[in-house]
Formats: sequence, C-alpha cells, structure tokens
Amino acid sequence: MARIDQQSRNPILEIDNISLNFGGTVALKDINMDILPGEILAIIGPNGAGKTSLFNCMNGFYRPQKGTITFKKTDITRQPPYKIAKMGVARTFQNIELFTGLTALDNLMAARHILMKQGALAGGFFFGSARKEEVQHRQVVEDIIDLLDMESIRKKVVGSLPYGQRKRVDMGRALCMEPDVLLLDEPMAGMNVEEKEDMARFILDIHELKETSIVLVEHDMAVIMDLVSRGIVLDFGRKIADGTPEEIKDNPQVIKAYLGDKFSKKGVSL
Amino acid sequence: MRPCGVFDETYEKDIAIVRTRGHWLLLIGSLLFLFILPLFAPYYLLNLTNNIFITVIVVLGLQIVTGCCGQISFGQPAFMAVGAFFSAVLTTKFGISFWIALPLSGIAAGLVGLIGGAPSLRIKGFYLAMGTIAIFYLTMWVITHLHITGGHQGLSVESPSIGSFVFDTDERIYYIILIITIILTFFARNLLRSRVGRVFVAIRDNDLAAEVMGVNTFYYKLLAFFISCFYAGIGGSLFCHWYTVVNSEQYTLIHGLNFIGMIIVGGLGSIPGVFFGVIFLRLLDELVLFGSPFLTELIPKLGIAPAASLGVMVFGLVLIIFLIFQPRGLAHTWEILKTSYRIYPYKN
Repeated sequence: MARIDQQSRNPILEIDNISLNFGGTVALKDINMDILPGEILAIIGPNGAGKTSLFNCMNGFYRPQKGTITFKKTDITRQPPYKIAKMGVARTFQNIELFTGLTALDNLMAARHILMKQGALAGGFFFGSARKEEVQHRQVVEDIIDLLDMESIRKKVVGSLPYGQRKRVDMGRALCMEPDVLLLDEPMAGMNVEEKEDMARFILDIHELKETSIVLVEHDMAVIMDLVSRGIVLDFGRKIADGTPEEIKDNPQVIKAYLGDKFSKKGVSL
Repeated sequence: MRPCGVFDETYEKDIAIVRTRGHWLLLIGSLLFLFILPLFAPYYLLNLTNNIFITVIVVLGLQIVTGCCGQISFGQPAFMAVGAFFSAVLTTKFGISFWIALPLSGIAAGLVGLIGGAPSLRIKGFYLAMGTIAIFYLTMWVITHLHITGGHQGLSVESPSIGSFVFDTDERIYYIILIITIILTFFARNLLRSRVGRVFVAIRDNDLAAEVMGVNTFYYKLLAFFISCFYAGIGGSLFCHWYTVVNSEQYTLIHGLNFIGMIIVGGLGSIPGVFFGVIFLRLLDELVLFGSPFLTELIPKLGIAPAASLGVMVFGLVLIIFLIFQPRGLAHTWEILKTSYRIYPYKN
C-alpha cells in the first residue's frame, strides 16, 4: 500500500553521518537515517543509547560536532530551535514540558504562535483583525481538542492536571503547530494499558488525518509492532539496525543489546 | 462576575472580557464615578488617587515583564527616571509640547530598557535581578552626571497645557492621568489575552518548550522589557509634570522593591492584581503614616523612630504574610470570590 510509494518519495528529513560528543562521552556516532514523508518511524534502544540526544539534534537543542541534518532540502544543523520549529518540526518531551500556568486551551493556542500574525500593537488594542485571527485559530484548536478528547479539561490550568492528561496536552500542543515531522519522545511512558491504547489510537488518527511523518521513541515492543512501519535501533550512540518491526525483532544484534550475548545465540526474539 | 447559568455560545463571547449587560453597566458606572471624583473628593484623596494611578501605570509595566514574562526587574524606578528626565529636558530645554514629549519619553525609557533586558539572553532569575539592580545604579549615575539634566538638583518643569488652559492643579491633571491609566490598562489587559501575552507566559513557565514552539525567546524577552519600560517612562513623565519638579532623589531602589511587592500582593500575572496590590500597599503606607505618631504617643521611649522605619517593617511583614498564606495574591482571592458567587448556593 502506501509504503511502496513512500520508498519512491524523497526523504523529508535526512540525517547524514552525525556525531555528538559531550567532552569525552560519545552520545552519537556516525548516525545515518532518513525520515520519509508520511511514515511512522520508531527509534528504540536501551537507556542511554542516544535516542533523546538524536531528537535534540533534530530540533536544534544540540549541535552535532560532525555531519549534517537536512530538512526539506535545507541544512538545519546549526539553526536555532525556533527556526527549525517554524520550518515544520514539532516535538513532545519525555518529561512533559508544558506551560504550567496557562490553561490547556491557552497551551494549544500558544502553539499556534508561528501560524499567527498579530503583533504587540494589534494584540494590545484587540480590534478587528486580532480578534478575528484569535477566533479563526481557536476553531482549529477546537478541532484538535476534539480529536484528542480534551473537551473537559479545556479551561483547566495545566499545572493541576494529572499525568495522562498532561501527556495529551503536550501532544495536542505539538499538533497545533501543523508540523510536517512530529517527534514524540516516549509518548506512552508511565501509562497503563488503557491509556496506552488511547494514545496509540491518537497517533494513528493523527497519521491518517494529517499525513504527518511521525517519529517516536518507545520501549513497549507490542506498541511498536502494531504502530510503526519502520524501526531504527540505537545502542551506545550507534545505529545497529534499521528495518521493519519483524526484522528488528529477530535481529541478533538487537537481542544482544537488550538481553545480552547469551540470548542472541539461542535464537530468542524480543 | 458571571452569574450562574450564563454560557458562552460563540468563541468571540468566550474570549470577551466584558460579557453581560451587568458587566457593561458596572464598567460604565465605575468609569463615570472616576470622572466625577474631583467634583467632591477632598484635596488629600485626590492627591492620593493621582499617586495611585501613576504607580498603577508603572506597576502594570512591571507586571508584564516580571509577572507575565518571568524576568525579575528591580530597575523600574530608573526607567521612570529616564522617562521623567527625558520629558523634562524636552519640554524645558527644547520647548517641545508635553503632549509630544509624553509618548517620546515612554519610547526613550523603552530603548534604555532594551539595554537592561539584554542580559536576560544569558542569565535568569536571581542573577538577572542583580543585573537589573546594576542597570538601576548605572542609569541613575548617568542621569546625575549629565549637564543637561541639572545633575543632583534636577529641573523644574512646567505643567502641561492646551492653549491657555493649564493643567496645574491636582484636579486638572487628574484627568490626564486617569485617561492615560485607562488606555494603558486596556492595552495591557488585551495584550495578555492575545498572541504576544501568551508567549510571555510561555517563556515564564518553560522557555525551552517555548523555543520548540517556534518562539524567538530573546526577541520576546526584549519586547517585554521594552513594553515594561515604556510604561515606566510614561509614569515618570506624568509624575514629573504633576510635581513640576524632577530630581534623582524621587527614584530610589526602595521604590523598585515596593513595586515588586505590589505585584506579589496583587497576584503575579494578573492585571486586576496590579490595582489590588497598588491600592493595598499605598493605603497601608498612609495608615502607617497616620498611625506612627499615635504609637510614639503611646510609648514615648520610641521617639520618632516609628515614623521613619515602621513603613518598611510593615511592608516586609505584609510581604511575608502574603508569600506564606496567599502566594497567588489578592487576585486569586478575587477569583475564588467570583467562583463562589457563580456556583452559589453550592460550595467549591
């Protein structure tokens, strides 16, 4: 199905041979990978493998010492995060970084920032155009609130929300930017099965409705098997596998990284 | 105050500040009251009101940069001084009318504020607060060492006028101060519910996440400083044309601490909170001023000490009480009152 023409399409984001060191510690070493338009890609690996570092490189928090990252044919390796965000890369965080003093609704409206135009003067007088723009964007935000089942928490201050709902606001906020690439850093960490199922449904909905490329870091193999079309495995900052979930599951190197030498020889799969 | 059972049916209505007919009546009524206040208010009250309104203007600015954008600034009195001296110099030395000098002094203070805000690129919180104290002393030093500002003596300034009508009494200048306060309050309140205001709060709450949302955080921090110092400059300019004299003694670091105290007592990030905080602490000041002679009479051993130091002590005590018992300020108490009114007879 869609996968065949994905192969023929050009990648939307290319990571070419990047290396990242913190002093003597190697965080990433010679990573090459592509993100194709409209695919769901998983990045997996044990703790400290460099998954979040890779995300931080993609959205400009870290600047790799070597290599380039190209997004929509533009080199973004040394761009500041806000410029990369404007070009269409959105992300969520492992430890939810929300604007805790704003309501859920305002969190989402704040994410429309790059798509809105009014400046301080227009906002300050709030006549005509500014109010019209607010309402226009409010409608889009309401659609996303609808999509993520957040109607009941719309006007609640985010600081008072429980964990699962904060994760949802975080995801909604990234969606409100209408990104081309959505980076989800452990969207299901710390959730129970029911919440995980909800989140998986949201991810599939988003993928279907918006045709966004989604990259997710995840540990739960069951989730990965069901959701993604391709997976990349990192271990100690190196890429050790790239392929369909089935291929990854049976890859001896991956099993070794997760379970140790003993199991990789026995033909166990994850 | 929204009574129970009133719901918003459109997004326009949902984001409106004045929602019901009752609101409109209340708004127009209180504005009318403010406009006729000089007709019957005694001199003392009017003087106090002028002072409160000018403080409100300055603290509104501080609320934007500190309460909303999270960049602590103790430099506000210095930017007031910049506005005051700029306006004084323009009107006395260059013969420019007050009406042009007023906005220009706001802009001048705003531009100086950009220098004050520049360190916020690298430093945060406590260290930025220290930085703004440095900016305060630097600015005051420059002002007192310039020839054109009259050095330590300062300048005497004329009252503003239109044609032959001179705003030289408290009642007359009250109207100028009132109208500007209304405009600037309107502006600040709207700014905070629009795109730029949300970005300010976003930067306060989580600047990393704001950056990932595509916000150029440094630009918006500087913008917050500019707007804040613009307000301070306008306040300073009004103050000097009201007092008709300007000198560096009027602007001390203690004022800067007071302003911070006002937004804490009123509630960080809230525009009504500015009014609550300023009025509360100003009235407290007056109370102390009246009260301290009685205290000396009661305990003669104290001498004149209470008059000099009681104000500072009470200010500190009030601040501590608020930080412990109501850290979200009077604005939060007001919100609780509104909610209980709406859901009455149920309880929260």
